[in-house]
Amino acid sequence: MADSLNFDLVSPERSLASFEATSVQLPGSEGDMTAMANHEPVLTTLRPGILSVSAAGGVNEYVVTGGFAEVTAQGVTVIAERAMAKADVTQEDMDGIVVGAAEAVERASEDAQEAARKVQSDVAALASALGLNAA
Amino acid sequence: MPNLSDLKNRIASVKSTRKITKAMQMVASAKLRRAQDAAQAGRPYAERFNAVMAGLAASVGASEGGPKLLTGTGSDQTQLLVVMTAERGLCGGFNSNIVKLARMAAKQLLAEGKTVKILTVGKKGRESLKREFGTLLVDHVDLSDVKRVGYDNASAIAQNVLHRFDAGEFDVAKIFYSEFGSVVNQIPTELQVIPAKFEAATDEGTVYDYEPSEEGILADLLPRSVATQIFTALLENAASEQGARMSAMDNATRNAGEMIDKLTIQYNRSRQAKITNELIEIISGAEAL
Repeated sequence: MADSLNFDLVSPERSLASFEATSVQLPGSEGDMTAMANHEPVLTTLRPGILSVSAAGGVNEYVVTGGFAEVTAQGVTVIAERAMAKADVTQEDMDGIVVGAAEAVERASEDAQEAARKVQSDVAALASALGLNAA
Repeated sequence: MPNLSDLKNRIASVKSTRKITKAMQMVASAKLRRAQDAAQAGRPYAERFNAVMAGLAASVGASEGGPKLLTGTGSDQTQLLVVMTAERGLCGGFNSNIVKLARMAAKQLLAEGKTVKILTVGKKGRESLKREFGTLLVDHVDLSDVKRVGYDNASAIAQNVLHRFDAGEFDVAKIFYSEFGSVVNQIPTELQVIPAKFEAATDEGTVYDYEPSEEGILADLLPRSVATQIFTALLENAASEQGARMSAMDNATRNAGEMIDKLTIQYNRSRQAKITNELIEIISGAEAL
């Protein structure tokens, strides 16, 4: 079918999802993008954010904390360091992510400060998008 | 000839040893299945990741001034050996095989006049390397509280290693672990993680757009790739450890069985001899009357 693409979401520990989708909205580090079938091949890094996948059965949303996505004409593969279904994210998970981001800022060298701070603000944005506390 | 009650005690003690080794074998086989599942589940990520990295590295890596994690520091004077072993013993030659490989590598590097630093993961490797290379050990990662290795553990180790690299503590990093071949076959393996080496990409047909730049992506992904490689190694190690323990305990159980058979025969013979002896005494006593 020309108007569907294969969507794969893999994390280091296991493969989380693999199905046919019609479009995938990615939280790219340079801005959101939506990939549909026959998209030009793109490799992009991801910022912490919400990944939303539209399929015949409805929309699936996942929270990713970074990683990268490989878009080809046939499909989208999201290689995420940490990914969860949006509905499963608890305040506890969010706290862990927030703490992790704060630690990364502290640890980062001067060159990496800016990038680490950006991640931190992305995390805060993600938390408010989910209606959770970022503190 | 040992007396009968001694023999009886020994048989009882070997029997209880056999029970323990049998139980350990069964526990190991259950854990092995889980570890294998985990290793299997982690494979798609590692494969995809490495494929992408190989493609990127091939297109960027050749140029001068690429990221240091890929091109190296231009020297291989100081080498960091990350030796990953188990936290526990009683798993056959698993730990000693890894240590042996690491020791050989360390000796060779020292003979070449290089500086060697060793970071150990897992108590067993540390214990056996401490004797010989006590002064070279720079750090130790303890995973004894970890029931199932997760990506977080690997990530923490990678952070530790990368931090040292950024501080200029070493030029080349290698990890030592055991690859899981089968239950009876674990292959001690040496893998260089910094500077990264990727298998040449197999005719990558697609030309990608990169967002941000190729270099940007590479700089972002290289540290993760170290974590990924360490994670894969930890998973392989976990499966290998359980496999090695399972076959070691299987052997131990069998040996205990053989020993019980032997001791039982000895016990029966002694008992027989004792009875015969008593009979002779009775008969000769009766005859004497």
